[in-house]
Amino acid sequence: MTDQTAFVDIRHAQKSYGALEVLKDISLTVEQGQIVAIIGPSGSGKSTLLRAINDLDALTGGEIWLDGVQVNKSLPHRQYEKHINEMRQQIGMVFQHFNLFPHLTVRENVTMAPTLLKGLSKDAAEQLAREQLDHVGMLDRIDYYPSQLSGGQKQRVAIARALAMKPKLMLFDEATSALDPELVDEVNQVMKKLAEDQMTMIIVTHEMDFAAAVCDRVLFMDQGVVVEEGPPEVVFRNPTQQRTKEFLRKHLAGAK
Amino acid sequence: MDTELMLKVYPFFLEAAWVTIQLSVLTAVLGLICGALGTAARLSRLAVMRFVGAAYVSVFRGTPALIQLFILYFGGPQIGIQLDAFEAGVIGLGINAGAYMTETMRGAIISIDKGQREAARTLGLSRWQAMYKVILPQAARLMVRPLGVNLNMLIKSTALVAAIAVVELTYTAQRYIGSTYKPFEMFLLAGILYMIIITVVGKGVSWLDRKVQIT
Ligand SMILES: Nc1ncnc2c1ncn2[C@@H]1O[C@H](COP(=O)(O)OP(=O)(O)OP(=O)(O)O)[C@@H](O)[C@H]1O
Ligand SMILES: [Mg+2]
Repeated sequence: MTDQTAFVDIRHAQKSYGALEVLKDISLTVEQGQIVAIIGPSGSGKSTLLRAINDLDALTGGEIWLDGVQVNKSLPHRQYEKHINEMRQQIGMVFQHFNLFPHLTVRENVTMAPTLLKGLSKDAAEQLAREQLDHVGMLDRIDYYPSQLSGGQKQRVAIARALAMKPKLMLFDEATSALDPELVDEVNQVMKKLAEDQMTMIIVTHEMDFAAAVCDRVLFMDQGVVVEEGPPEVVFRNPTQQRTKEFLRKHLAGAK
Repeated sequence: MDTELMLKVYPFFLEAAWVTIQLSVLTAVLGLICGALGTAARLSRLAVMRFVGAAYVSVFRGTPALIQLFILYFGGPQIGIQLDAFEAGVIGLGINAGAYMTETMRGAIISIDKGQREAARTLGLSRWQAMYKVILPQAARLMVRPLGVNLNMLIKSTALVAAIAVVELTYTAQRYIGSTYKPFEMFLLAGILYMIIITVVGKGVSWLDRKVQIT
């Protein structure tokens, strides 16, 4: 059970919705500090794979390991709940639609989980919120409600909220897809900063330029399988698979 | 219209209105408790609980409240339930209102975007923590208005307990008709008092609804 595993180790991930097989035997490893981009056409299973990593969507087969611990291990219900809540504290996730808590201020969005789960004092929580919000350039909005922020600002707060749990791994599911074009960059800048801080990240994205600029590795998925995988300069410049070529041709052409 | 008579009897109607108010408050409290339990059952992880919750709602919404009251008050003693009329009124109407409130509360909860629950669970919150820290505070704001509608119906439904001789507004009106032979005046007087109660409660609900909205 505790043999050598990569930092993030996805082994033969398989997921079906009834007869529909969404993930077909996907294996993937990510080393600490690495950044992996997942690209692929709509419906190829990118979100499903990402959401399987923190068990938001349970796999129907295969294993997910993080830092030597199996995330989706089989345990009786109560024990599993406790286990998965602990695992999820170590895995930050950022959604396309931000999912900030609208009834809480920016400060409370950031401090709620650490206060509740780690028993932070009021002072420690305040310091944490300031620190994390400063990191994403949102300190001046600490007393605002989410409805008073732009999309880019919301997403930066959502990133701060995830980082406040001091996760080992960050997952991004099209973090900039719902943003107006002029707001994309401020979020990308924050993600670049995380990359410089050596955060381990798995990023589902439609932005090829961004993926090429920050990622160590790119994974091209189609119809539930990893079609091609490698460093961005190889996958983007010299893809070997026909499907990858077609996707990139359409996508790069569409982007311009 | 005999306004003189109305002015003469109206203190007695005020007393009866006070009984209607007490009946309404107690029924509302019991209704909210039953509604919360019904909602918890309907949203439970366990299929049995969901079934119990659904059965509760369909039985009490699927039969007349008056029949439910009669079964409890007249039929109760036969199966060992001895209640005075007021108690039977509160319990019968409260359980009935709870079935409607279950649907109101559940509706508000399931209308909260599922991304909210996912974001909460992703941070490591348990099911229960996600519910009471993230979902309920948002759902509660959505519940105020529709629960206000439930409350409006509930207050009017207290008139039913006249049928088991609780001396509230409607019963009092009927009793004074017996001695005055002035049904128009007596029912009008009762109607006005109901309207006052309902208007005040409605204003309170609107005030609360404005107060809880997220800025
Ligand atoms: N709850 C579900 N029930 C049934 N099918 C589902 C469910 N969730 C996803 N799917 C299916 O799984 C497949 C993969 O979906 P997924 O969301 O992972 O794709 P994606 O690569 O993220 O696409 P996009 O780029 O549009 O976000 C799709 O065919 C989708 O219809
Ligand atoms: Mg997706």
